[in-house]
Amino acid sequence: MRKSVLIASAMVAAVMGLGGIQPKHNGIIASAQEKPPSTAEVKIDNFSFGPAAITIPAGTTVTWINRDDIPHTVVSTEKAFKSKVLDTDEKFSYTFTKSGEYPYFCSIHPKMTGKVIVR
Amino acid sequence: MAGRTKIEILHDHNQDGIDRRGFLKCMAWAGTGAFCVMKRGVLKSYSMSRLSDMNPEDMKGELSFVQISDSHMGFNKAANPDVAATLQAAVDKINSLSIPPEFLLHTGDVSHLSKPEEFDTVSQILKGAAAKDVFFVPGEHDVLNDDGKDYFDRFGKGTQPGGWYSFEKKSVHFIGLVNVLNLKAGGMGTLGRAQLEWLEKDVKHLTSSTPIVVFAHIPLWTVYPEWGWGTDDSAQALAYLKKFGSVTVLNGHIHQTMQKVEGNVTFHTACSTAFPQPKPGEAPSPGPMKVPAEQLRSLLGITDVNYVRGKHALAVVDSTLE
Repeated sequence: MRKSVLIASAMVAAVMGLGGIQPKHNGIIASAQEKPPSTAEVKIDNFSFGPAAITIPAGTTVTWINRDDIPHTVVSTEKAFKSKVLDTDEKFSYTFTKSGEYPYFCSIHPKMTGKVIVR
Repeated sequence: MAGRTKIEILHDHNQDGIDRRGFLKCMAWAGTGAFCVMKRGVLKSYSMSRLSDMNPEDMKGELSFVQISDSHMGFNKAANPDVAATLQAAVDKINSLSIPPEFLLHTGDVSHLSKPEEFDTVSQILKGAAAKDVFFVPGEHDVLNDDGKDYFDRFGKGTQPGGWYSFEKKSVHFIGLVNVLNLKAGGMGTLGRAQLEWLEKDVKHLTSSTPIVVFAHIPLWTVYPEWGWGTDDSAQALAYLKKFGSVTVLNGHIHQTMQKVEGNVTFHTACSTAFPQPKPGEAPSPGPMKVPAEQLRSLLGITDVNYVRGKHALAVVDSTLE
């Protein structure tokens, strides 16, 4: 009995050690000390931001990643942030410290719009 | 598909010389290289497979130039891993024309990422074309950094501070417009007040019989707003050109040929020399369209334009790189 418990723990420990698994995503072990997520991701593909609107707590860093085969930019309409030109697989990150609504668009293809809502 | 067919006007509903059915038939041929010309209010169209089948008498005139567009130098994804080769093929096509063009118009997206070496590669390749001059207008891919400094340093000589300009060739008045700067969220192309004010002054004293050619990157008519294929304030620009008997608008941006005639204005968009894009609404987005390698060059092309004095409209002929 003890041996199998040991093996099970070792396996769990090994799995936990792989690539920094977040308890939030996989639920392998529900941690009592679970922190709210401090990162969020927006994928850029097919001339659109996905998700187009996200709601995050203040202090979150949002990372946009361009999966399209055309370059795009991420530009705040209120001039809060502005990425360089992102070619395929390039990323841009911004940490939102103040609550509010942050509409943004791609300055190359202005019909592409999105919004970050910071609570 | 060699040979010629003439279409005469059947029912002139709008009294503008265009028969709807004839026009639509002409439009359907446009993808394979059609020649649509309006002479004295009569729309004539000829189908053709190769430019060499054309009767040179129909092409001959006082002025001949070629429009190329969207070379996207620096693009290297699946839709076309070698845009330099297809640009060279376009130059070869230009050099094979029976009537050599006097100059080239490049309607923008010269580069893909506004990099200096991308601009320079295009200039180098175009030096091999049998045309003395090349006139450029920028696409949105050409002005990605510093409001287009690297583009305007190279191609902005002699232009107004905003990059727009005009010039005359054989009594035809050419106007190069910039509609890819200061784009607003949710909008399409934009000309802006300063440019519109300049345009009004630029054409004010021209006689109404002066043939006008306007060239700009993004279409100056609304092709498909969902994809940003249009210019928010182009109506004002067209209002300043209303008095002219012949206006030809040459655009790029959509990487396919499209033509529309509205009164005295003929709108035309050119193929890209780099990669095709889907027809409006036929794909989730207007991105580069991947096709089998052997089909690529049949979807890329150049546009030959001829002006014959006394004719109502310029003759605009698209041909593919095939």
